[in-house]
Amino acid sequence: MMAGVGTIADAVARTGRADPMIPRRFAITRVRQDTRDTFTLLLDPVDGGEEMTFRAGQFTMLHAFGVGEVPISIAGDPRHPAPLEHTIRNVGAVTRALVNAAPGTEIGVRGPFGTSWDAADARGHDVVFVTGGIGLAPLRPAILDVLAERDSYGKVLLLYGSRTPDDILYGAQMRRWADLDGVNVQMTVDNAPHGYKGRVGFVTELIGRAGFDPRRAFAFVCGPEGMMRAAASALVSRGVSPARVRLSMERSMKCGIGLCGHCQLRELFVCVDGPVLDYARLEPLMDVREL
Amino acid sequence: MDDIRLLPATGLEGLIAQLRSRGYRVMGPTLRDDAIVTGEIRSASDLPQGVGDEQDPARYRLRKRDDGAYFGFAAPAQSSKPVFFPAEEVIWRGRRDTAVTPDSAASASTPDNAGNPTTAPASSPHDPGFTVERDQLDAPPIALLGVRSCDLRAVQIHDKVLAGRTYIDAHYVTRREATFVVAVACSDPAATCFCASMGTGPRPAATDPATGEPSYDLLLTEIAPSDPDRHHFVLEIGTEAGRDVAHAIDTAPAEFDDQHEALAVTAHAASQQTRRITAATVRDDLRASAESSRWEDVASRCLSCTNCTLVCPTCFCTTVEDVSDLTGATAERHRVWDSCFSEDFTYIHGGPTRESVKARYRQWITHKLSSWEDQFGMLGCVGCGRCIAWCPAGIDITEEAAALGRMRAGGVLPTGDHVPTGDHVTVTS
Repeated sequence: MMAGVGTIADAVARTGRADPMIPRRFAITRVRQDTRDTFTLLLDPVDGGEEMTFRAGQFTMLHAFGVGEVPISIAGDPRHPAPLEHTIRNVGAVTRALVNAAPGTEIGVRGPFGTSWDAADARGHDVVFVTGGIGLAPLRPAILDVLAERDSYGKVLLLYGSRTPDDILYGAQMRRWADLDGVNVQMTVDNAPHGYKGRVGFVTELIGRAGFDPRRAFAFVCGPEGMMRAAASALVSRGVSPARVRLSMERSMKCGIGLCGHCQLRELFVCVDGPVLDYARLEPLMDVREL
Repeated sequence: MDDIRLLPATGLEGLIAQLRSRGYRVMGPTLRDDAIVTGEIRSASDLPQGVGDEQDPARYRLRKRDDGAYFGFAAPAQSSKPVFFPAEEVIWRGRRDTAVTPDSAASASTPDNAGNPTTAPASSPHDPGFTVERDQLDAPPIALLGVRSCDLRAVQIHDKVLAGRTYIDAHYVTRREATFVVAVACSDPAATCFCASMGTGPRPAATDPATGEPSYDLLLTEIAPSDPDRHHFVLEIGTEAGRDVAHAIDTAPAEFDDQHEALAVTAHAASQQTRRITAATVRDDLRASAESSRWEDVASRCLSCTNCTLVCPTCFCTTVEDVSDLTGATAERHRVWDSCFSEDFTYIHGGPTRESVKARYRQWITHKLSSWEDQFGMLGCVGCGRCIAWCPAGIDITEEAAALGRMRAGGVLPTGDHVPTGDHVTVTS
């Protein structure tokens, strides 16, 4: 008789890394309500293991026990990865379970997965962050990367749009970036109540007038797909190279490691080839409806 | 002729017994519910001897053959895909460490809108943690008996997709370990078969083109099934393990003519195939056809029933289901086959990214015949024809690929043009 086949543990051990399908246990240490429907969870591991280091732009799969799992970009500072920080909009069963969980509740975390903004590529250049709504959360680690070495970059712009003044995310933080870190922050809202004194209009309209040198600029864009496409198009129209325009794509993901097939965008597995991809690669794919 | 031997038809029993005695679970074609499906083979009587099949668009029927052939049929209704990649698998089982208490629910935060974390850490000592454990498979190694070229190629494709990249499907890798392969050269293709045009059959390649590893341990070609006195197999040896088995059973040395006779079987089988895909150009044809009006046409016929993806030997998409008991004390995470034809497949908040059926069909065929090559360096179709036979609407992947190729070659403007729906030509060259 020959021996039976090996175990799952054997197969995983041969890969030389931890089992990517098994969630690590993290406890929710704090919950911060950011807006009407958006919350930030701060998480610490309870397995005694190390903090989860990550690169700006990467995401994790967050698991609410018995409910399900969702991909969420990490919103924290790559230089200070503990506690692990995620900003989550309450839009479905899993996100509802996560934002309603009491502090102390344990959730499962897999990851980090996916590609990075690699903001350091923009050293010596102007940097334009274009984002809307909760899209600021996946960009925040890249902004913090740039601000950690502020002198290495040229002009830094943050063009931010939200639906209404009440939906503005990280408002206090954006003011600090503008006041203390030399970031040119421009905000706009799609709709405002009567008497609102700020700018009203789409964030993409800010791109044409913003003060940066398109020939030496990198742009990092995160938001709803239609907004990202319009923003990338406006940036390229101003002369930014499509290869220097980076977007974070959102797709359905069940595994996060390129196996479940849900996130495919033609030849791309958005979870491993992305989520951050450059517009030179994405433009022909985004031009086709429902690809 | 050291690598080729002859096995009498009655020797199949000895081969099966030999594999079982070596600890293999032997899986091969069996009869169930008027179809040939992969099941466990304990003796030669489990094989569908004397059974043939007829496959056409939207049609699969078994028929009684007038000979004693053991492998006288084309692609079984289901491939060997589920042997290594079951339709449902438990990824892990979880258990709550302690029950949820009303206390912990009551300690919910009262955050403010100032943008600062203000919530105190939990006051409840009853943190509802949970422990997760992987199922560890404890199964004997598999011997695939009678796997034909298309399905063997499909296994090799899964070896790349599920076991040959940065991240692996650990269940697949574990089940696939130490597999012994007794392949069979195909003698009786169905009308739906087109492996010859894909370069994936009817005779298995000796090696996996991606890895250079041997494709099979042993290869059977069935000879003269209608003549009980001559009925035998030409047995080709692919590995040392195969040689060991071949010499442990009732085999005899073969002559040059025997090999010639085996090659004639597959040459004839290839010549019988009427459907084809132009493998050399299909990747570019489909890449160029994203905006083709053909998608409206096929969407008007497609029921998005997911049959094609379920019978496809290379489709690998899955979803997960969380199953918990009524108290919430235990939960299991299941990995189950999914299909790009389901509307939920691309659902994110706000709706699916591929809402229309035409977008879903385009995704499926473009993935199989085009973007698969970009992802894995090979096409994702092996020409087994199952998607044609099991489509209730009889949609034919070869016909759709040919139509897209013709429209591209003819310079048909893709967007907004209406193409008459009479354009369903089955390529029979």
